[in-house]
Amino acid sequence: MRFRLASSPHQHIRRDTGQVMRLVILALVPGILMQTWFFGWGTIIQIVLAIITAIVTEAVILELRKRDFERALKDYSAVLAAMLLAVSIPPFAPWWVIVIGTFFAIGIVKQLYGGLGFNVFNPAMAGYVMLLVSFPVQMTQWLPPVNLAQYSHNFMDALYAVFTGFSVEGFSLAQLKTGIDGVTMATGLDTVKTGMAQGLTFSETIEFPIFDSVISGLGVASSWISLSYLLGGLYLLKQKVINWHIPVSMMTGLFVCALIMSLVDSDLYPSSLFHLFNGSIIIGAFFIATDPVSASTTNKGRIIFGAAIGVWVYLIREWGGYPDAVAFAVLIMNMAVPLIDYYTRPRTYGHTSNKQKPIDKAKS
Amino acid sequence: MNEFKELSWQGLWKNNPALVQLLGLCPLLAVTATVTNGLGLGLATTLVLIGSNTTVSIIRNWVPSEIRIPIFVMIIAAFVTIVQLLMNAYTFTLYQALGIFIPLIVTNCAIIGRAEAYASKNTVGKSAFDGLMMGLGFTVVLVLLGAMRELLGYGTLFDGANLLLGDWATVLKITVFETDTPFLLAILPPGAFLCMGLLIALKNILDSHMERLFAAKSEEKVVQRARVTTES
Repeated sequence: MRFRLASSPHQHIRRDTGQVMRLVILALVPGILMQTWFFGWGTIIQIVLAIITAIVTEAVILELRKRDFERALKDYSAVLAAMLLAVSIPPFAPWWVIVIGTFFAIGIVKQLYGGLGFNVFNPAMAGYVMLLVSFPVQMTQWLPPVNLAQYSHNFMDALYAVFTGFSVEGFSLAQLKTGIDGVTMATGLDTVKTGMAQGLTFSETIEFPIFDSVISGLGVASSWISLSYLLGGLYLLKQKVINWHIPVSMMTGLFVCALIMSLVDSDLYPSSLFHLFNGSIIIGAFFIATDPVSASTTNKGRIIFGAAIGVWVYLIREWGGYPDAVAFAVLIMNMAVPLIDYYTRPRTYGHTSNKQKPIDKAKS
Repeated sequence: MNEFKELSWQGLWKNNPALVQLLGLCPLLAVTATVTNGLGLGLATTLVLIGSNTTVSIIRNWVPSEIRIPIFVMIIAAFVTIVQLLMNAYTFTLYQALGIFIPLIVTNCAIIGRAEAYASKNTVGKSAFDGLMMGLGFTVVLVLLGAMRELLGYGTLFDGANLLLGDWATVLKITVFETDTPFLLAILPPGAFLCMGLLIALKNILDSHMERLFAAKSEEKVVQRARVTTES
């Protein structure tokens, strides 16, 4: 028997990129199922379209760059980015929206910057922002949750709607968007934002049917979907795929901002819980902001990164033009990552920290 | 004659003001949403470049070097005003479409750059030719960028060419595909940055290809002795 000599550390988890990505995809499943339950088969169709586009784009570009595309495809990073993008866009958006978005995310944002590990921006969120800026109409057509919709829709309807814009019976997207009482519905955040712009108070806007749930103020669909993503996120934490720093600090940042402002004036500023469980905060905190490539890499840096995202989300939600802001906040902080990493470099063992270092030594 | 060849090569390709020097990016990125806008601004810039280069070259021996920059700027500003008034008179719709970016040609650093780097040191003929070639290089990039963005954004080419070239040019409009949903990213400034990056990348690819062809031709290598010790 041979004894192999290995240097410390002696205990390590051997996980390659593919395994990590597959775990993250697995953790996404509960959220995707819940989203499909509330918004119909459109979500699944978007995911399939996105994955196909992502794989084709990645393979073609890697072939052009003369890289080994089989190995790169096996790491599932393109698939994960495609899935994250697909769950962020409205389920019945036309097929070319997700195709253009995924191509942009993988082709431009990821591969042109040098592929996995080199992209400055989070590919899924950059793709999402590109779509939101380019096609505002298609990107804001969220359907009402299934229990509130006037017309029910099945798999074939979803397929037809994605590819032709009409369901099998010929209902247009605008008709499918109609709620049970004949009123077109928006997302929870949108409802509150529009209501407030019309001079309603927060407690009045959450009387709208979209907030018809046990705890008042939480959209029934968005809170269930958020809880499912939370479940997946906690699984990732337990598997040590992600660290707690970014999700916790991001949610804390948002929570504290919302708490202060709602204490100042609870009529004008929605409560912290409303902010946390509406929109894409949970999936953003656990799945998007924790992207190992574009997020900060030191623990202190991760806390700054996450908290700043939370603050940005609050600022843009309250005073910006768009109802939700996770994508913008993540992209803004992605730009700040090199700076954050520079100032939060941990002390290496045996060296003194920068603060204790005498100034004249720093010259050499 | 060789000097003129060299000037054309420098202006159009090797030292292209837009792709290599990256000068005048502000108008380059702001107005190139369509081919027509790009062409209009490119021609205006070319006219100003020729005029300013010629004038600077004529007076180069009488300008004290301490105050040359203000003088250059005043010459450029005079030519920009001429071009602006001409466009106001003959291509009014285009003048309105380009808006503030016509007066802003004054601040285009490509122009003062050529005045300072070339025209103030060379004869009138060469300077005028340099202005023409630099202007053409700039125009070509503006038109290419405009074409990329117009094609992606609206699915058309040469839309509104009649604003610049007269009524007959309406027939130039090519509709590549019909779209109800313009691809806003291509029309907005970020699209200009992305397209610009792609153009620069394309130029670099072509350059490296040419270099390889050139290297293949001159096969024999001259071995040079490298000095290994340095004096630091």
